[in-house]
Amino acid sequence: METQAVENRKVIVFQLNHEEYAVSVEQVGSIERIQPITRVPQTADFVKGVINLRGVVIPVIDLRIRFGLEEIEHTDTTRIIIFYLDDMEVGLIVDVANDVVDIPENIIEPPPEVVGTVHVDYIEGVAKLGDRLLILLDLQKVLTTDEIEHLKKVEG
Amino acid sequence: MDTTQYLDVFIDESTEHLDILYNQLLLLEKNPQEKSVIEEIFRAAHTMKGMSATMGFDDLASLTHNLENVLDDIRNDKITVHTHIIDVLFAAVDHLNSMVEDLANGGDGKRDIQQILVQLEEITSGSLSPSTSTIESQADPVADASDLSLDEFELAILDESEEQGYTNYEISVTIREDCLLKSVRVYMVFEALEKFGEVIKSDPPVNDLEEEKFDQSFVVLLVSKHEAKEISDQIKNISEIEDVTVKEFSLANYRTKQQIELDNEQSNQDTNNQVQTKSAPAPRKMIRVNIDRLDALMNLFEELIIDRGKLEQIASEFNHDELKETVEHMQRISTDMQNVILNMRMVPISQVFNRFPSMIRQIARDLNKNIQLEIIGAETELDRTVIDEIGDPLVHLLRNAADHGIEMPEERKKKGKAEVGTIKLQAYHSGNFIFIEIEDDGAGINKEAVINKAIRNDIITADEAETLSEQQIYDLLMHSGFSTTDKVSDLSGRGVGLDVVKNTIETLGGSITIESEPGVGSKFSIQLPLTLSIISVLLVQLQKEIYAIPLSSIIETLKIPKSDIIEMHNNKVLDYRGKVVPLVFLDKVFSVPDHDEERDQVSVVIVQRGNQIAGLVVDSFIGQQEIVIKSLGNYLRDIPAISGATILGDGKVALIIDANALIHS
Repeated sequence: METQAVENRKVIVFQLNHEEYAVSVEQVGSIERIQPITRVPQTADFVKGVINLRGVVIPVIDLRIRFGLEEIEHTDTTRIIIFYLDDMEVGLIVDVANDVVDIPENIIEPPPEVVGTVHVDYIEGVAKLGDRLLILLDLQKVLTTDEIEHLKKVEG
Repeated sequence: MDTTQYLDVFIDESTEHLDILYNQLLLLEKNPQEKSVIEEIFRAAHTMKGMSATMGFDDLASLTHNLENVLDDIRNDKITVHTHIIDVLFAAVDHLNSMVEDLANGGDGKRDIQQILVQLEEITSGSLSPSTSTIESQADPVADASDLSLDEFELAILDESEEQGYTNYEISVTIREDCLLKSVRVYMVFEALEKFGEVIKSDPPVNDLEEEKFDQSFVVLLVSKHEAKEISDQIKNISEIEDVTVKEFSLANYRTKQQIELDNEQSNQDTNNQVQTKSAPAPRKMIRVNIDRLDALMNLFEELIIDRGKLEQIASEFNHDELKETVEHMQRISTDMQNVILNMRMVPISQVFNRFPSMIRQIARDLNKNIQLEIIGAETELDRTVIDEIGDPLVHLLRNAADHGIEMPEERKKKGKAEVGTIKLQAYHSGNFIFIEIEDDGAGINKEAVINKAIRNDIITADEAETLSEQQIYDLLMHSGFSTTDKVSDLSGRGVGLDVVKNTIETLGGSITIESEPGVGSKFSIQLPLTLSIISVLLVQLQKEIYAIPLSSIIETLKIPKSDIIEMHNNKVLDYRGKVVPLVFLDKVFSVPDHDEERDQVSVVIVQRGNQIAGLVVDSFIGQQEIVIKSLGNYLRDIPAISGATILGDGKVALIIDANALIHS
């Protein structure tokens, strides 16, 4: 049992390639089923395009491509999670949107440094919750580094 | 200042304030000690004073001013409220009411208010016997009051300074007859005076004084906290000054004198006025609406347009006559409705332009340049959203013109130009666009300097520089990381460059072009769409994807046999009415998946930007439609050749093509 004094972080958990990722629930707007996406030309490859979410046009990113995973066909469980970040609205395509869990702050560990691998700065930490290993994402970094890359692509 | 356009608003607001005055005065009569009531009355009177002074309704302004004085004294417990005071206050408000009514009926708002003014003044001066002092207080000042003529702005300043405990001085300076360089003495006098306070007015005007266009003496109005003696001593110290008189300038006396002159004038013109009053049109009735409500209305209307698109689609599928007719009728109505809504949001650009003359005057003074600003088309109407955004870019461009464009007077003289530089600010409608031009007759843009700077800042290479067209060179000015002034002036060289201006304008869906001729001047032209949210487009198909091309940039659509396409130097071009037009294959530009087999027929949309033309090759035309422009959001900014998105009748998103960008490339 965790002690009462420990702060909990409420996160939404989703799956990509059988791994579980977590993002703070405060940033989540809604979870949508997959729907027609309009391709936007001359953007980074992980930007799948834009969708019409109740009258608002929202860009959608395929997290699989963003994380360098293999792109798969969308299935019944594929979801678009809409996130609100500062002044941006972005949808992320994930394999499965699982559940909302509380993670005690004190079990969050920094991302393990593995020698010889590329350092990714968008992983904020990892948390072991029972037999689940949750990877906490820093969404801002997932998106902002994109922007730099995206700009480079456009300009170069 | 031409204030007729604000008359409706003025009358509207004044009526509101009069209502407040009447209601609160009634309350005050019942609760003479109630401070909040007095505050309320005071605020209403104060606002009315400011408004009427701005509008040039002098009688209204002076009456409200006196009213305000009384209220101020009540507020500060200098006077206790009793029935007589309330009576006078009511009488004053009655006068105000009649004047506003007169204005609303097309009159000039002038009225004999001498008696009520005196009554109000008596309250403040503490004397309550109306008959005795009237004549004395009137007779004396008139003879004494100055001959200066002041406009309402200057009067407002003097009012303000009196309230803040400054003294207004009228200073007459006489220069010795044998003085050789009168302008130098004038300069020294002004310099001395500016140490004491602020010079509000001089007669003759400063320019004439500097050019020695005066006899021997001149009069200056000074606002200062210093003693009269101190000031006159200081000026007497300047050599070749014959005589100085410093006396206090009484605003009340001045007003009385003006009033009497006006009365005389008026009685002469009375018959004339009568006729005019009748013929002048009464202002329209109007209400003021919060812009948020208009935005809400617009948003709802946008939703309606999207549904209309859906209905159009259904109607064309079902082929049901009555349904078709109804949908067509709905189309016409909603087009009218759209015009009405958009018109409600239109505001004259004078709102933005009005603050520029004083700004330019200030800049010119700071830079020691002679600049005159010419404004044309201030009545041109623009969408409210654009008005809010366009101010800063225009300020920047005007400062640029004044700072970098217009040369120093000596330099202009040397070049054989008029010493006074002119900046022309012009706004006009044309088609679906508004054009705003800022033109100066200054030095023009030094292309060499621009190129060198661009190379130094690694924006282009020396090789690239060779091939640049004139327009491309000017475009460099608006490249981020480019700022032309080597010395950083505190005006325009403060980090924000023309790129910010360009970005703002492009966010508004507009574009900016630069023309310039060395030694003759430069012209910055801004083109802005009339409306921001709904436009007519041609929907086109590229494989399975649908794109929208704004009708405003389309000249014509063509279906041509493939054999008409000419290969020229590795580029595909088209002979369009005797002109060679480059073709842009949109499926290639947008790398549309599933490249289709080549067809015999090619669909081409001829688009234009300025005097350049290009042909956009698409798979097929779908049709014309009104669409609501949606932003792609902050995450996807600056997508090449895409200016936004829209939602189609079937709920899918279609991208809007920025034809301008395609012609450019």
